[in-house]
Amino acid sequence: MVAHLLRLKLTLLRNGLRRSVWQTIGLGFAALYAFGAIGVAIPGLLLLGRSDAELIETVLVLMGSVLVLAWWIVPLVAFGVDATLDPARFVTFAIPRRDLLTGLALSGVLGIPGVTTAVVVLATVLAWWRQPGVALVALPCAVLSLATAIVGSRATTTALARVVGRRRYREFLTIVLIVPLFLLGPLMRGLATGVEQGLASMPAAARVVGWTPWGAAWAIPADVAAGAWGAAGLKLLIAVATLAGLVVVWDRALGRALVQPASSGSARRPVRGRGLGAFGRLPATPTGAVVARCLTYWVRDPRYAAGIVVVPLLPVLLYFSTGGGISDAMLLTGPIAAFLLGWTISADVAYDGTPFWTHVAAPISGRVDRTGRVLATGLIAVPVTLLLVVASVLVTGRVDALPAVLGASGGLLLTALGCSSVVSARVVYQVPLAGQNPFASQQGASMAAAASQLLGWSAILGLCLPALVLAGFSVGTGSVVLGVLALVVGIALGGVVLAVGIRSGGRTLDRSAPELLARMVSYT
Amino acid sequence: MTSGTASAPSAGPTPPSAPALIPPALAVRGLWKRFGDKIAVSDLDLDVPVGSFYGLVGPNGAGKTTTLSMSTGLLRPDFGQVWVHGQDLWADPTQVKMLLGVLPDGVRLFDRLTGAQLITYSGLLRGLDRDTVAARTTDLLQALDLTGDANNLVVDYSAGMTKKVALACALVHAPRLLVLDEPFEAVDPVSAANIRDILGTYVREGGGTVIVSSHVMDLVQRMCDHVAVIAGGRVLAAGTVDAVRGDGSLEDKFVELVGGRTTGQGLAWLRTS
Repeated sequence: MVAHLLRLKLTLLRNGLRRSVWQTIGLGFAALYAFGAIGVAIPGLLLLGRSDAELIETVLVLMGSVLVLAWWIVPLVAFGVDATLDPARFVTFAIPRRDLLTGLALSGVLGIPGVTTAVVVLATVLAWWRQPGVALVALPCAVLSLATAIVGSRATTTALARVVGRRRYREFLTIVLIVPLFLLGPLMRGLATGVEQGLASMPAAARVVGWTPWGAAWAIPADVAAGAWGAAGLKLLIAVATLAGLVVVWDRALGRALVQPASSGSARRPVRGRGLGAFGRLPATPTGAVVARCLTYWVRDPRYAAGIVVVPLLPVLLYFSTGGGISDAMLLTGPIAAFLLGWTISADVAYDGTPFWTHVAAPISGRVDRTGRVLATGLIAVPVTLLLVVASVLVTGRVDALPAVLGASGGLLLTALGCSSVVSARVVYQVPLAGQNPFASQQGASMAAAASQLLGWSAILGLCLPALVLAGFSVGTGSVVLGVLALVVGIALGGVVLAVGIRSGGRTLDRSAPELLARMVSYT
Repeated sequence: MTSGTASAPSAGPTPPSAPALIPPALAVRGLWKRFGDKIAVSDLDLDVPVGSFYGLVGPNGAGKTTTLSMSTGLLRPDFGQVWVHGQDLWADPTQVKMLLGVLPDGVRLFDRLTGAQLITYSGLLRGLDRDTVAARTTDLLQALDLTGDANNLVVDYSAGMTKKVALACALVHAPRLLVLDEPFEAVDPVSAANIRDILGTYVREGGGTVIVSSHVMDLVQRMCDHVAVIAGGRVLAAGTVDAVRGDGSLEDKFVELVGGRTTGQGLAWLRTS
C-alpha cells in the first residue's frame, strides 16, 4: 500500500510535467537550486568537521532547528504543502490509517524540497567524520530530525486545514499568517545585530535550542561526543516524544478530515449581502459595473486584503528598520504603500480565474475591463496614499517635503497601475482559488509569477526614476522647488504610463482574452 | 468528409456568405480545434435556423462544450468560421457578442457576488440602464425561484441554484441567440420545467433562438424542434427532431449513430449475494 502511494505520487508528478511546460521549467530551476544547495552544504559540512565539537554542535543545532521549523511553518505562510496527494481523495478507499500515514509521509520526501532536505540532513553526519563513533549515533538522529520535519509539516497543515476549511476562519487565517512574514525583515535585522555583537552568544543559544523539540535530535551527537550520556538520553526522549506527538496530532487530524472533509459545505454559515452594494451606487455603465464588481471583491475576497495587509504595518516596519526612532526614512511610507497598492492588480485576471469568462462573453472592449479595475483600485489607493503621505510628513516634521513625497507616491501609484494593466492582460498563472485551501500549492506555478513580478517591478522603478530622483534630491537638500518639480514630473509621467498601460492592456485583451481564459480553464 | 447534412432536409446547407433572405441564427463552417494531440472538433459544420429550439446531443467528450465555446467567442477556433445572424463572430467579437446569451459549462461564476449582484453585473456589462436591469433582475429571480436567495453569495448556492443564476445572467439582456451548455444539469424537476417554459415562450413568442446541449435524449426529444448528434468532434446527423429520429426514439437513433453499447452481461461478478 505504501509503495502504491509512492508510485501514485511519482505518476502524478510525471503527468503534471507532461501537461505543462512551465511546470517542467519550474522543476528544472528548482532542481538547479537544490543541486546548488547540496553542492554548498556537503563541502561546508566536511569543512565543519575539522573544527572543534562545540562549533559543530552550535552550527548543526541552530541550522538544523531552523530547517525543522521551516518545514513546520513555511507551508502555512508561503508555498503551501504539496497537495499532490490530498488525503481527502482517499476518503472512499479502505486504506489502513497506518499505511496511509506512512505513505503520505514518505511521499512528502518525494519532490525537490523533500529530496534536498533529506540529502542535506543525512549529510550532516559528515560533520562528524573525525569521530566515526559519533557519526554512527548522528545517522539515526538525522533520520529522526528528517521525520520530525516532514511529519511536522503534515501535522500543522492537516490540523489547521480543518479550522481553515470554514471560509471565515480561512479568510482570517490567510491574513494573520501572512503578517509575520513581513515582520521577517526587522527580525533578521535583530538577528544580524546579534551576530555583530559577537558569535560568543551563539553556543549558549545552541545549548538552549538543543533542549527544544525541534533542536533535541540535532544536539544528541554532540552530547555523545562530550560523553554527556545523561543529557543525550534526555534529548533522545524529547526528540522521540516530539515525533510521537506529531504523529498523534496528524493521525487525529487526518482521522477527522477523512470523516468530515474540510470542504464540506455544511460547516459554512452563509453570508448575506444587503441590496446591490456598490452596484447601486456607481454609474450604471459597463465600466461602472466592473468598478463595482472589483470593489466588492476587495471587500469579500481575502486574497486582495492579504496583498495590502502590509500597508498599515509600513510605518512600524520603517520605524524599526532604522533602529527605532522617527527619521526621514518614515517618508518612504507613502511611496512604498502607493507602489504596493498599484501593483495589487498585476495578477487580477489570474485572481478572477475562470469567472473571467463573464468579461470574455460580454460585448465590452478590453479598455473597459482595464479602466474598471484601475478605477476600483484607485478609489482605495488614492485616499490611503494621501493619508499616509500627509501623516508621514507631519510626524517627521518635514512639511517642506510634502510636494516631493506626494510626487514620488503619485508617480509610483500611477505607474504601478499602468504596468499592472499591461502585465495582468498578458500573464496568468495558477493562484489559489477564492476560498480554496490557501496552503495548497501547485509545483512550478510560481515561476511565471516570479518572472512577471520581477519584470514588472523593474519596469515601474525604471519608468518612475525621474520623479524618484527629483524627490530624493528635494528631500535631501530641502529644496521645495525640486519637490514641486518632482510632483509635476511624477504625476505627468505616471499619467502617461497609466494611459498607455490601459490602452495597451486593453488591446492585448481584445486580441487574446479567449487565450487567457483557455489557459485558466486548463488549470482547473 | 462533412457529414450530417444529408439527413437534414429542412435545415439545409445555407451558404452563409450568400445573401440568403434570413441568415441562420448560428452558422458554423469548417470548425477545427485541437488540444495537445487530441482533436476535439474536426471540420464541423452546423446551421441553426432562426426561431428554432436546437438540441445538441453527443456522448461525453464529443466536442459539444468546445463547439459551443467557439460559437460564443469564449474559445478561439484553430480553423473555421462562425456567423451569428449573418455577422462574422471572430471578425468583430465585441459587436456580435451583444446578440448572444451564454451559459457555459465547467467554468465558475464571480461567486463572491450575491445572486442579485451577479445578474445586475451581467446586465450592466451589456449596457442596459439601471431601471431595466433592476426590473429584469427581480423578474428573473422570481421566475427561477431564487428570490429568497437573492442576497446570498453565489458561492453558498447549491449546484442547481448556481445553474439557475447563470441562466438568469444569460437571459437578462434578452439576447437573440441563447447558447446554453448543459442548462438542466443538477437542476430540480420543478425548476427544470419552469426553465423549459421560459425557453419555450422565448422561442415561440419572443422570436429568439435557443441552443442547448444535453445528455438527456428524452428531454431533447420533447423540448427541441431541431437536433444535431455530435460524436468525435463531427456532426453525425442534423435536422428536425422528427427527421433525425425517423420512426424510433431519439435515444435509439443516437445509440445507432454513436454506437458503443455493451451488453449488460459483462460484469458477471457484480452481484451482492
